[in-house]
Amino acid sequence: MTKQAFHHALKIDKDLCIGCANCMRVCPTEAIRVREGKANLEANRCIDCGECYRHCPVNAIIIEQDDFTNIHNFQYRVALVPSIFFGQFPEDVQTEEIHSSLKQQGFTHVFEVENSTEIVWRKQQEELKNQENTRPLISAFCPAIVRLIQVKFPSLIPNLLSIKPPLDVSALYFKKKLIDQGITEDKIGIFYITQCAAKIAAIKSPVGEDKSAIDGVINMDYLYNKVFTFIKQHNNDRCALPDRQHLSSRDILWSLTNGEKDHNGQRSLAIDGINNVMAILERVENEEMSNIDFLELRACDESCAGGVLTSGNRFLTVERMRNRAENATEQKNEEFLSYRDYLLNNITIGPVEPRSMMKLDNDLSIALRKMRQVQMTMERLPRVDCTVCGAPSCRALAEDIVQGKASINDCIFIQKRKEQKELMSKEESLEIMKSIWGKPKLDKNR
Amino acid sequence: MNIKFDIEGGNFSSAGLASSEVKRLLKQLNIDIKTIKRLVVAMYEAEVNIVAHAYQGEADVEINEDHIKVVFTDHGPGIDDIDLAMQKGYSTASEQVREMGFGAGMGLPNIKSHADKLNITSEVGKGTRVEIICYLNA
Ligand SMILES: Nc1ncnc2c1ncn2[C@@H]1O[C@H](COP(=O)(O)OP(=O)(O)OP(=O)(O)O)[C@@H](O)[C@H]1O
Ligand SMILES: [Mg+2]
Repeated sequence: MTKQAFHHALKIDKDLCIGCANCMRVCPTEAIRVREGKANLEANRCIDCGECYRHCPVNAIIIEQDDFTNIHNFQYRVALVPSIFFGQFPEDVQTEEIHSSLKQQGFTHVFEVENSTEIVWRKQQEELKNQENTRPLISAFCPAIVRLIQVKFPSLIPNLLSIKPPLDVSALYFKKKLIDQGITEDKIGIFYITQCAAKIAAIKSPVGEDKSAIDGVINMDYLYNKVFTFIKQHNNDRCALPDRQHLSSRDILWSLTNGEKDHNGQRSLAIDGINNVMAILERVENEEMSNIDFLELRACDESCAGGVLTSGNRFLTVERMRNRAENATEQKNEEFLSYRDYLLNNITIGPVEPRSMMKLDNDLSIALRKMRQVQMTMERLPRVDCTVCGAPSCRALAEDIVQGKASINDCIFIQKRKEQKELMSKEESLEIMKSIWGKPKLDKNR
Repeated sequence: MNIKFDIEGGNFSSAGLASSEVKRLLKQLNIDIKTIKRLVVAMYEAEVNIVAHAYQGEADVEINEDHIKVVFTDHGPGIDDIDLAMQKGYSTASEQVREMGFGAGMGLPNIKSHADKLNITSEVGKGTRVEIICYLNA
């Protein structure tokens, strides 16, 4: 059964939205329509990739985060920090300073997400062997990609490696570790510092799991500002030593493009950028990629370094992280290793459900009838994809019409034709435009 | 419902356009994933064969409630011995085509194994007609 509602981290602030439709034009799943001069998000189609957020000129797309003061609802406050966070800071800021100033913000523990990379990687290796008849196998690292596959490429769900990303494994580890120290679970708050909206959605409504081990999410840009200001003000003086560093070069680079690819499979490809990923998935669906073992797919350009909640330039972030990786010397984290079996027993994701947004109807004969209607409607539409109808393309409008969500009269070309034939008055067409773009944009005194 | 696609000989980058569009449509019809895959793979091979071996052709797709029929017709050299062409590994592909990663002689056998029905007729020097049928699971 498909669930009814999906939690989305992305919301549109209707007061700020100016109805420019930029978001609608870039949405890879055509999840946005403009009505009454405002962008509207269709929840079932949204994959939380954040493209709309990136392109909004007025910051009307908001990414809901948990209130920072929530961390104080817990006695033990763990910051789960991805290595991308450290890559945000200028070169002269030391990792140690960042660690200690995170603690100054109120966290009792700081743990780098990529500590669990090794275990994820081993499991991936194992699955590449076990599932040798399924090719290519696709990493479930990027939650926007998992969602993209659910809504647009459900036939590829069997290709998804059902292995939790390091984020979830690290959360499991830290929670269990504290519980084993005799701390009750309700006193432990695990907070993830997120670089993107998709991770928030993944935590609030996990795919293939009932509940995430993570208790809250803090947006990276918000915390970056707090931490950086603190470091500037304190000028290195109160620099406490961080927990011991265990990350290897592989761990540090895991969330960047090629991070997984370089360590997986005989033939593997790393693809970043949501449109590039969609093009590849099309080909995988056609079984043109069956000679590839492993696909690392990331929604953002430069992977997590390009996350919408990062503050730094993604190319500089990558450079810094590579520098850090070059100087990394892996140290065995004995404590972590003692949880190996526990983590391996809990690393598998449950079944991922298809969430196809594509289908016109559950009933084949109705769907077929609707498809004919779409085809016929398309013949009347101009195919210029001008978006003046409030839909991202002529085809999207045709589908909306057939689904009863729009009218053919929304098309400005149809309006012109009807006006010529005196089937529609100027007033009527003006009213239609107002209903799409809002009254103010069509005010004659403007 | 009927849809027609033109297929241009020699243009490898256009191979797959018809199968991609049909795939999109079948997804909209909520047709079961396995059937879509079977048809798309079969269609893709037939498209590539026109691109690789013929000059010009078309695909006529007929979507029905219980089956999908695609008829590929082309103007091209035709196939002299269809039984031979059907054999795994048999290929007359040029060096150029092989360099592009085609010409393993697996296309027609692949169509046969993916589609429910395959019917080929051909006239040497004129062209080829490849008819593919996939039944939608009852
Ligand atoms: N449309 C066509 N017109 C002319 N000859 C064809 C056509 N389709 C197939 N053939 C002939 O049949 C042979 C076998 O086709 P098949 O698709 O099995 O292999 P291929 O196209 O040579 O290689 P592959 O499909 O593995 O890339 C071809 O090499 C060609 O000689
Ligand atoms: Mg072939």
